[in-house]
Amino acid sequence: MHKARTLIILLSALLLVAIPVVAQDKAQLTPPEGFTAFDTPNDIGNSISLVWRASASNQEGVNYIVYAAPSETGPWIEQTRVLSTLGYKSDAPQYFGLAKENESWHFCEITGIKKDINDENPLPVTATTYFKLSVSNGIDIIEFPGIVSAAPAGNWFDTSKLNVLIFVSIFSILILYFISLARKNPNLFIRHIPGLDAIEETIGRATEMGRPILYLNGLLDMSSLSTIASTSILGKVARKVANYDSQIMVPCYDPIVMSVCQEVVKESYAEAGRPDAFKEDNIFFITNDQFAYAAAVDGIIMRHKPAANLFMGYYYAESLLIAETGVATGAMQIAGTDAITQLPFFITTCDYTLMGEELYAASAYLSREPLQLGSLKGQDYSKGFIILVLIIGTIASTAGSAFFINLFRTF
Amino acid sequence: MIKRQIPLIIAFILGFWFIIQFFIPNQFSQDTLIGVNKWTVMISGISMLLGIYSLIHFHYTSIKRGAPGWGFSVVLFAAFFLAITAGFLPSIVLWFKDVPKDGPPVKWLGFLPLITGLNEGSPLFWIFLNAMSPFMATMFSLIGFFIASAAFRAFRARSIEATLLLISALIIMLGQIPLGQMLWQGIPDTMVWIFNVPTTAAKRAILFGIAMGTIAFSLRIIFGIERGYLGGGKDKK
Repeated sequence: MHKARTLIILLSALLLVAIPVVAQDKAQLTPPEGFTAFDTPNDIGNSISLVWRASASNQEGVNYIVYAAPSETGPWIEQTRVLSTLGYKSDAPQYFGLAKENESWHFCEITGIKKDINDENPLPVTATTYFKLSVSNGIDIIEFPGIVSAAPAGNWFDTSKLNVLIFVSIFSILILYFISLARKNPNLFIRHIPGLDAIEETIGRATEMGRPILYLNGLLDMSSLSTIASTSILGKVARKVANYDSQIMVPCYDPIVMSVCQEVVKESYAEAGRPDAFKEDNIFFITNDQFAYAAAVDGIIMRHKPAANLFMGYYYAESLLIAETGVATGAMQIAGTDAITQLPFFITTCDYTLMGEELYAASAYLSREPLQLGSLKGQDYSKGFIILVLIIGTIASTAGSAFFINLFRTF
Repeated sequence: MIKRQIPLIIAFILGFWFIIQFFIPNQFSQDTLIGVNKWTVMISGISMLLGIYSLIHFHYTSIKRGAPGWGFSVVLFAAFFLAITAGFLPSIVLWFKDVPKDGPPVKWLGFLPLITGLNEGSPLFWIFLNAMSPFMATMFSLIGFFIASAAFRAFRARSIEATLLLISALIIMLGQIPLGQMLWQGIPDTMVWIFNVPTTAAKRAILFGIAMGTIAFSLRIIFGIERGYLGGGKDKK
């Protein structure tokens, strides 16, 4: 009897302590404000965005619960829970920009509608969908007063890429302006590129030695700009080879590149007035396995001992294997690549190396065609513009202003 | 004339569209990109036949002429047919096994998913595991020796630039190993500084150049000024 009385007193005491705690938590929960649904900007048209102002209830353990329904009358299905301390508009600058106030608005992107909370294959959002929002602390739930709705739609312009569009337009206009200028004044000065000036010398050397020239296009396919640039250079080189009555070998990594190279070399021989000297068998496919290709090219270098090796295009780890084998045979080597990681290897093993943009400039440089040279001039002025931007950016950043840097931010 | 004009028109239309496409996120825009990517994959797949023909033709000619190293061409043919047999044989056996003896081969479509034969335990998988992988690893490991010989040449202090390269390389090599820290505490920090400041600056400068070169080169292709990739052109000799 005494024990029972003690137990009742203890339980009563616990109850008295617990009631104010619950009451306090309940008092802290305030309904979210400014709950809005809208089509997610800058997207393909498969999601709806929900935003609401961060409530005063925000703290550890407080969640926002999002419900969705196909109509205003329901049925309402819980879709997701957003932790009150996470999920802000500032987390999605690609949609909302970098405004400071984004830090005080919650954001939730709905890309699919669940049939129940555990549904792992939600249906895509295609039509107008209705949403409700609640805030919960695990004990109580307070609902946002009102239902919002939105329908997804694909957008015709990605505003987060506006800065890219502006700067690409500036550079393009500059380049096109200099191309048009080159029409009027074809005598543009372009600095000498020793690696390209040496091509003639290498071909002459190969002719004198009676050995072939080896030309590689790199390891990318025809959709890569470096491969396109490489095939353009091949055309110019092949014409000189045809003029010198020398031989060129082009082992290819990709069958389409092989076909293009065959056509390019064939045309070059025809333009040089020596179509009969063209040998299709000299442009052949090896394999599209990186190290098997390197092994095969090494074998060709060791067996045929080309007098000159030209490596133009994009390379990976095989660059050193190939170029170092070329050094062992005493060949004169010229490389051109936009693969930054492979540049040190080529610089170490080749007599001349075209770095990055020089690969793209090579065909214009070799052709000496005014319009192409004009584009190089425009490219140089664009670089001047970038240098100016870098100086201003450095000063602005040092002064503590993020505005200028944010102009160039991409999402 | 048409042979040259049509590719130029296609390059102009598609080049211009895919610049615009980058800024349009909607379904139509994405569908065109996906469509073109699918075409690229399809053409790449079909072009492999062209590659195989070229490979066979080149090595057949090499054997026929007794060209230097023709023996390697024989090895290539042996490996080529061995791999094909190893890839197809199990599938063919399985196929015949599934066909009812007294009926037509109704399950012929079931043959298609089996032709790859690169499932674990298959003969082709065995070849890949026991021949291809070690060969590739051997080639890759050769890089270590090649780096040593290339570095030996590059690090000869013949000029101011080469001397700077030598000093930087020494700091970086020492900074990577405990000995560097034992010699002087500042070596690892100097190594990090070299990576983060001069190396990054140089890399970014090259990247800016590449980006500009890409824009200029793309514009030359789109506007038909750069035609070298089509073969020939109006270039001066």
